[in-house]
Amino acid sequence: MPDYYLIIIPLLLPMLAATVCILCWQYLKVQRWIYFLATLTNVVMAVQLLLHSNTGEIIAMQSGNWQAPFGITLVADGLSAIMVFMGCLLFFIISFYVKGNINQARLKSGFYPLLLFLQFGVLGSFFTGDLFNLYVWFEVMLMASFVLVALGKDKAQLEGAIKYVTINFVASMLFLAGIAVVYGIAGTTNMADLSTKIHDVDPVLATVASIFFLVSFGIKSALFPLYFWLPASYHTPPIAISALIAGLLTKVGVYALLRVFTLIFTHNVGFTHEILLWISAFTMLSGVLGAIAQSDFRKILSFHIVSQIGYMIMGLALYTPLAIAGAVFYIVHHIIVKTNLFLIAGIVAKIKGSFRLSALGGVYAAFPFVAILFAISAFSLAGIPPLSGFWGKFTLAKAGLESDRFYIVGIALFAGLLTLFSMVKIWTQVFLNKVPEEAPEPNYANQWSFLKHEYAMTIPSCILVLMTLVLSFYPEPLMQLATLTAAQLTNPEHYINAVMGK
Amino acid sequence: MKILLCITIGVLYSAAVYLLFRRSFLKLIVGIILFGHATNLFLLIMGRLTSGLPALLANGGDREAMADPFPQALILTAIVIGFGMQAFAIVLLKKSYADVKTDDLDDINTTDYLSTSNKKFKA
Repeated sequence: MPDYYLIIIPLLLPMLAATVCILCWQYLKVQRWIYFLATLTNVVMAVQLLLHSNTGEIIAMQSGNWQAPFGITLVADGLSAIMVFMGCLLFFIISFYVKGNINQARLKSGFYPLLLFLQFGVLGSFFTGDLFNLYVWFEVMLMASFVLVALGKDKAQLEGAIKYVTINFVASMLFLAGIAVVYGIAGTTNMADLSTKIHDVDPVLATVASIFFLVSFGIKSALFPLYFWLPASYHTPPIAISALIAGLLTKVGVYALLRVFTLIFTHNVGFTHEILLWISAFTMLSGVLGAIAQSDFRKILSFHIVSQIGYMIMGLALYTPLAIAGAVFYIVHHIIVKTNLFLIAGIVAKIKGSFRLSALGGVYAAFPFVAILFAISAFSLAGIPPLSGFWGKFTLAKAGLESDRFYIVGIALFAGLLTLFSMVKIWTQVFLNKVPEEAPEPNYANQWSFLKHEYAMTIPSCILVLMTLVLSFYPEPLMQLATLTAAQLTNPEHYINAVMGK
Repeated sequence: MKILLCITIGVLYSAAVYLLFRRSFLKLIVGIILFGHATNLFLLIMGRLTSGLPALLANGGDREAMADPFPQALILTAIVIGFGMQAFAIVLLKKSYADVKTDDLDDINTTDYLSTSNKKFKA
């Protein structure tokens, strides 16, 4: 009973704050403060939840006190706690970035309430222990993200939003059809209850149901061959929004895959997880090859999301405790690094007025501070030791070798090499090369004048770089937490017992 | 009845997929709506069809003579959510039609050429 506030407060606070923001529609300053305070409180709650989960205890809350298979259960285990923490952190630090990046027209169209509703949906997805409830949270999250992607009078944004909305609607409907199949064969939608009951039904039908979830979550988390909507839409909104959805929303899909394919569909690992393994290989390769062909800062980064999702799914597909620990570590590392790269792309565009690689150059000479922030994140993404990406890749490679999957390890390392190549491409083009002659005059002469006017935009980057460095040189605490989480995921009895109250 | 519903669902799904693959905005919207309807019906049929039975039961009533209320509750939720999504999609496509001045999805390719068109980027 006593720990339920760790679930209730992070979940309800964004919704209440969003409602109050809507009531203060005319007063942007009030909205900004409400957003700041609500997200800050949520970070504090998430840290407490993280510390609580570090003890290995799973909190299960039955809403309305309806017992487990009948009511909606909200669960906070290790994986939920980690994801909730990352979600709360990103929404908090983005508040520093908004002022320099989002124009007044967007702010006045309800930007802050939408962000809070987005957080509400994201955190709900991480907490819920019921499949149909997960669908509802997904829709809450998608609805807010639809509006955020389309918010503004930009033509490209509307076009990106059409693709984003259509494909996500189809994915949601497939998810719903999957729930229908699961309910039809097992008679429950509670995940813990399903986990036991799915073993009593015909394994063929259970596999059919699992494919529905694979396809719908695969679309949402941008797996090969379902990822084409992502590079066509994620780069269109302003960077503060792009960074949030790039860092977080695809990871909600990965979270759902991790949850469903460790807790429920483990009856035929040789089939489902083998498919996942091949998908992860193609995702890694096709994403990174797509990135190499691009010449826009944001599009390169968008394609890299696809490629990096492959690594996380590889950890899930190998399905050993070490591999899943690697995947969890990789998710945390990737949320931090990818968000930061988008934020830095926004800073560079603020300075130079463009995202085109060919119109950029000389950032290192005039703005070494920005260059250092980029270098640490970019080379961490590529997995250069001793940065955090290296530990994630190292764990995954080790797990792959231990299960004798040499080819997947080879593909993962090769994709890492290509990642390095395209990061070096950005690095030389944007940071080292001379400013091209046809480039427009930069908005700021040097880094001091930039920092004087827009220091707030660099605060989130600094925080994220600091976290990258902590994960690089002191990965032990996170690795321990990831190992604990992997132990919970590979032995679902703890989860089931916590939910069903045995 | 069951067979009839199965066929209806199949027709709805195939019509929806066909319309989603067409190039017109209007057909896209109709496709989205049909896709939602097909899924809702699928949800209904997966919860087992019963004819003329109540979803709520008096105390001590016969549990066999009862329709499963759970899928009905799910469908109600799904219909409401789907309605919201469709409303948003319609407004989005109408706005896009006014701004982009085309109803052909193949012309929606500004996002692919952003690199050359974002010179006037302003924060």
